[in-house]
Amino acid sequence: MPLLEAVDVHGGYGGMNILNGVNMTIEADEIGVIVGPNGAGKSTMLKAVFGLLTITQGEIRLRGKPITNLSPHKLVEMGMGFVPQEKNIFPSLSVEENLEMGAFLKPATVSRLKAQIYEFFPPLLEKRRQPAGELSGGQRQMVAMGRALMNEPSVLLLDEPTAGLSPRYMNEIFERVKTINAAGVGVLMVEQNAKQALRIAHKGFVLAAGQNRFSDTGEALLNDPQVAKSFLGG
Amino acid sequence: MNELIYFFNYVVVAGSVTGCIYAIGAVGVTLIYSILRFAHFAHADMMTLGTLAVLLLTLAFPHAGDPLGLPTAIVMLPVAMAFTSLVAVGIDRAFYQPLRSHGVKPIVMVIASLGVTLMLQGLIRLFAGTGSQNLYVDARKEIFRIDVPGVTRPIILTEPQVILFVITIVAVVGLHLFLTRARLGKAMRAMSDNPDLARASGINTRLIITLTWVIAGSLATIAGTLLSLDVAFKPDLSFFLLLPIFAAAIVGGVGHPYGAIAGGFLVGFAETLAVFNWSVLLRPLRDSLPTWLELPSNLALVGTEYKIVVPFFILVAVLIWRPTGIFKGKVI
Repeated sequence: MPLLEAVDVHGGYGGMNILNGVNMTIEADEIGVIVGPNGAGKSTMLKAVFGLLTITQGEIRLRGKPITNLSPHKLVEMGMGFVPQEKNIFPSLSVEENLEMGAFLKPATVSRLKAQIYEFFPPLLEKRRQPAGELSGGQRQMVAMGRALMNEPSVLLLDEPTAGLSPRYMNEIFERVKTINAAGVGVLMVEQNAKQALRIAHKGFVLAAGQNRFSDTGEALLNDPQVAKSFLGG
Repeated sequence: MNELIYFFNYVVVAGSVTGCIYAIGAVGVTLIYSILRFAHFAHADMMTLGTLAVLLLTLAFPHAGDPLGLPTAIVMLPVAMAFTSLVAVGIDRAFYQPLRSHGVKPIVMVIASLGVTLMLQGLIRLFAGTGSQNLYVDARKEIFRIDVPGVTRPIILTEPQVILFVITIVAVVGLHLFLTRARLGKAMRAMSDNPDLARASGINTRLIITLTWVIAGSLATIAGTLLSLDVAFKPDLSFFLLLPIFAAAIVGGVGHPYGAIAGGFLVGFAETLAVFNWSVLLRPLRDSLPTWLELPSNLALVGTEYKIVVPFFILVAVLIWRPTGIFKGKVI
C-alpha cells in the first residue's frame, strides 16, 4: 500500500481552481519531488495535502485511508509533518522551545527526540538557547525541519526547503533530506532547484498549469530530453 | 529629611501602587492582543466586574477573612477571579468567537469589544448602583507607620498597599514562570509568534484562547480589587483605567508582557510625578532663595483632577515617535 496517494486532485482558493487533476503516489521509503514552472501549483498541491485549502474533486489517501480535506491538526495527529516555505519557525522562541512545540502532542517523548535532533543538526545544539529568529537562513531551515521531525512523522512535506539558501547550505539540506528518508520517513517536497532535487528523488512529478505533465523516477526525468528542454533549463 | 519622606510617601509609594495596577492591567491587554490580535477595550470593565464580584462576596460574608487575619476582600479574590474568568470565556464564546470564525478584520473585533464595554457597564451599575463603596466592609484598614530615626514624619504604608506589592510580585513571577517553563505557556508564546505554524504543530489553539481569557480575567480581577481596596470601589472605575492601561501596553510594546509591566510602572510614575507638589522639596532652600523669588505653595505640573492627561500625553508621544514601544512590539 502506498504511503501517500493523490488521485485526480482539483482545488484552489476562493472558488478559483489552481489544481486541475494532480496525481501522485509515493511509497513509505521514498522521496517524492514536485517541480515545475512558477504558478504551476506546486506549493498549492503541498498545501492541499496538508488540508490548508479545499479540495473540490479527487481524493488523497494516507496509507490507504482517505484524508481529503481533513484539518491540519488531525493530519499532524496521523503522523504528517509540514514545513512551510516561509514563516516556518517561532522567531521569538528559543531553538529548544521551537523543537518542543513540534512535539506538543507527545510531551513524554520531548527529551529523547530533542537529543536526536541535536545529533542530526549539530549547529542547533550550541544555539539552543538563542531565539530562532536570530539564526541564519540555513539554521532556521534546520529549526523548521527539526520542529516537524519532533512529531515523529511518517511523511514529511517540505515546501521549497532550499529557497534563498547559499549553495553550501542547499547541499547540506538535501543531504539531510536523504538521511531523514533513510531513517524511514517518506518525504514529499516542492523544489525550485529542480536538477539537484531530482537527483535525490525516487519519484518526480513535473506540474504545469495544475496538472501532471510528467511523472517518473527522478533519474528518468533528469535524462528525459523533453523534460530537460522545457523544465530544467536545457 | 521630612521632605524626602514626604517624597517617598507621595511619589515612591503612590507611584509604585499606580504602577502595579497599570502593569497588571496592561499585561492582560497585551496578552489578549498577542493571541487574538485585537485591542480589547472591555478589559477595564472586566476589572470593574471582578471587583464587583469581590464586593458582593465581601458584603455577603463580611467576616470570612478574620480567621486568616486578612481583609475579607483578599480571601474572596480567588473566587472572584474564577467567576470573572468564566465570564470572560463566556463573552468570548458568545461575541468574539462567532466573529473570529467569520474571519472579520481586527477593527470589527474592537467595535464588538466596545459593545461589550457598554453592556458590562450597564450590568455593573444595575448591581452596584452609581456611588462608590468601601471594600472594607465592617472592618478597618490598617495603616503602618514606619519611623525613620531623626525624622518626625513617618513612612506610611497601608495594608492594601503591602498586599498589592506582594500579590503583584507573585503574579509577575508566576506569569513569567508559566510563559517560560510550562508547556501551555510556551505554546501561548508560540501562537503569538506564528498562529499558523502553531496549528500545524498540533497546538490546540482553542484551548490557548480559553487560557488567555482565564489569565486576563484573573489579572483584571486582581488589579481592580487591589486598586479598590486601596481607594474604594467605583462603578466607573474602568473609565479612569482604560486609557492608562492601553498607554502602558503600547509604551511597553504591544504583545510583550514584560514591556507591559515596564510600561505600567512608567505611566504610573509619570502620573504621580506630574501631580506631585515639587514646592515641598524646595522648601528647605527657601531661606537661601533671593527675596524677589517667592516659592509658590503649589508647584505641580498638572492638577490632580487632570491626572488623566498624563497617560494621554505619553500615548500620543509614543505613537508619534516610537509606535512600536520600548520593546519593539506590534503596531495596533
